[in-house]
Amino acid sequence: MAAKSQICSIWLGSETGILKGVSLSKKQAFNFCEMNSLSRDQEVCVMAWGDENESEVLVGSVNGTVSTFSTDKGIFTGSRECGDPSQGRFTGLAVTDSSLITCVESGLLKVWKEGSTDTVEVNVGSGICRMRQNPSQRHRVATGGKENPLKVWDLERPDKAIFSAKNVAHDWLDMRVPVWVRDIGFIPDSDKIVTCTGHHQVRVYDPSTSQKRPVLEAQFGEYPLTALSLTANQNTVVVGNTHGELATLDLRKGLMCGCLKGLSGAVRGLQCHPSLPLVASCGLDRFLRVHSLEDRSLQHKVYLKSRLNCVLLSSREQESSSVDVTGDVEEVKAEEDKDEDEVWDTMETVTEKSKKRPAEKEKAAVTGVDGKKKKKLAKK
Amino acid sequence: MFRSASAMDTTKLSTSESVSKKKGKKAKKQVQSEEKPVVEMDTVSEVKVEKSTSGATFPPSFSMSEIKNKQRRHMMFIRLKQEKRKQKLELKKKMKREREALGDKAPPKEVPKTIENQRVYDETTVNPEDEEVAFDEGTDEFSAYFNRLTNPKVLITTSDRPRTRTVKFIEQLATVIPDAHVYYRRGLALKRVIPQCVSHGFTYLLVVNEDRKMPNGLVLCHLPDGPTAHFKVSGVRLRKEMKRRGKEPTEHTPEVILNNFTTRLGHTVGRLLAALFPHDPQFVGRQVATFHNQRDFIFFRFHRYIFKNEKRVGIQELGPRFTLKLRSLQKGTFDSKFGEYEWVHKRHEMDSCRRKFHL
Repeated sequence: MAAKSQICSIWLGSETGILKGVSLSKKQAFNFCEMNSLSRDQEVCVMAWGDENESEVLVGSVNGTVSTFSTDKGIFTGSRECGDPSQGRFTGLAVTDSSLITCVESGLLKVWKEGSTDTVEVNVGSGICRMRQNPSQRHRVATGGKENPLKVWDLERPDKAIFSAKNVAHDWLDMRVPVWVRDIGFIPDSDKIVTCTGHHQVRVYDPSTSQKRPVLEAQFGEYPLTALSLTANQNTVVVGNTHGELATLDLRKGLMCGCLKGLSGAVRGLQCHPSLPLVASCGLDRFLRVHSLEDRSLQHKVYLKSRLNCVLLSSREQESSSVDVTGDVEEVKAEEDKDEDEVWDTMETVTEKSKKRPAEKEKAAVTGVDGKKKKKLAKK
Repeated sequence: MFRSASAMDTTKLSTSESVSKKKGKKAKKQVQSEEKPVVEMDTVSEVKVEKSTSGATFPPSFSMSEIKNKQRRHMMFIRLKQEKRKQKLELKKKMKREREALGDKAPPKEVPKTIENQRVYDETTVNPEDEEVAFDEGTDEFSAYFNRLTNPKVLITTSDRPRTRTVKFIEQLATVIPDAHVYYRRGLALKRVIPQCVSHGFTYLLVVNEDRKMPNGLVLCHLPDGPTAHFKVSGVRLRKEMKRRGKEPTEHTPEVILNNFTTRLGHTVGRLLAALFPHDPQFVGRQVATFHNQRDFIFFRFHRYIFKNEKRVGIQELGPRFTLKLRSLQKGTFDSKFGEYEWVHKRHEMDSCRRKFHL
């Protein structure tokens, strides 16, 4: 069990309550649970890393318990009661300085201190859909939900929100635009916050300015956006909606860069790798998919038999070894850059991509010069 | 008369001549076309010459597509097909002779490739012993039905202002599905109808959508909070259009046959369709409803059977006949705008391979 959990680089929580670990390099998926004692009320709602070096996974379930799973030992090491199901499901889980922050749908944000039973409680409003922690300033937390605008809270001064967003102006029919914040992301190295809404809008807020309305608004698709994740480079964001459409949007202008194809069900969990250009997505179609952000192709697809709720990527070394293919191509590119002209470089990289990625191969076939060759490649 | 006879003779001659001329033309045509490329080679570009000399064929072959005359080209093509067929028949005869000659030692007959044979292996195919899938299915939205806690009660309606054909279709569906109630739509919003259905104890809402006077869609919503499936309906045959049909179906609950729902999505859809009918079929009624899935199309048939003796069965088709194709499966009750979809049919991504099926 310990060996299995140590090689896993992606952790997923499912609706059946099973914690799944996937190792991309070994192409294996493992279930970490007790098969006899499965029940639907252990359904995983949220997952978070328990500590900085990613050795513990905190799993929040529907019945109000937060369990700790140790990736080194491969077993659940503890669990604590953090609320009851009457207040709704967990919408956010975070850790600061040995205390646990949980938020539920009814708006009760609690900070649980290790060892002691006293908690700091904040009411953030009802109908919360998501609570996220600022990765650089760990005591700051953002919440948002249905008819509950984005609010940023500082846990050291929990009386009032530091920043509360204002709704946009009335639309062209002079009607109030409804608010439904589904997911939140903090842009690193700045104060800005990105949100995606159930009305297919992506908005960027800047608390450092005096403007409480969004600084940037972009639309994508016609269906509610359910998940959002910031990429390693700070200008793009990946969003997913209830139809299984994943897209990358550029935050400088608010334009869509491209779509990631393959999903057939609603996106429930989305995370970009902290350093590599990869994004892992999971959803109701019971698959984990890892796409590359550079060419938007599917790198890995794993069938995990239950509907998946959340995904956690670990930034371990194993990730880089599993992404061998792209690594090799990048190394070869670098060598050729030194020796040959740019024209030859681009030509060669195109053909290499067509060999390694079947998706690209079909594209290359379409642009073929000879008519006969075109047909042969298409048949393959 | 003499003149006319001669005229006739001449015409006869002319026809026979024309026939022979045609044949001659064909022969000439072949020679000419063989000569043409030779002529062309000399006059046209060097590239072609290079090609012909680099290739192994000599004299240089021509392709049928270079003949400009459509009739001649067509005749050539017909002759080519005949040649091919002859060769194929000869090959078959030869193989048959060899097989007979070898007798028992003959190699086994080759199985022809069909699209079902060549189906791409689907990794979501359910293994019957899989515990996780068994738990998932044991505790999903249909568990109440499959644990015999509820009996199905179906509400059938259509889109607003239905035409005769759709009305007859839902009336016939109501006779096929036991405990089904038909209601006129009256332009009501489905999202408002659903809570009322739940309070009245219905377990299914079935809405037949109509377009251009024909039923073309079906929304099947499992009621307490269950999944909603949206199907495309085609090939609807009402009772009066069916040949050699039996009498009206009786009130007995039919047996249900679900064929070929192998993948995880197929299992969900199969359970959705099975939960429309009550658990215990009344075998006295000898009626059976079949949902047969092939190549992602679900064929619905309703038959009455009778066993003539232990090995022979006679069947009579009653009831409507239609085919369904799943367009989307949404988790939760009907909410097309804000609901989360478990599976959406995306034509350009999913239909690109002819041998890949999802149900």
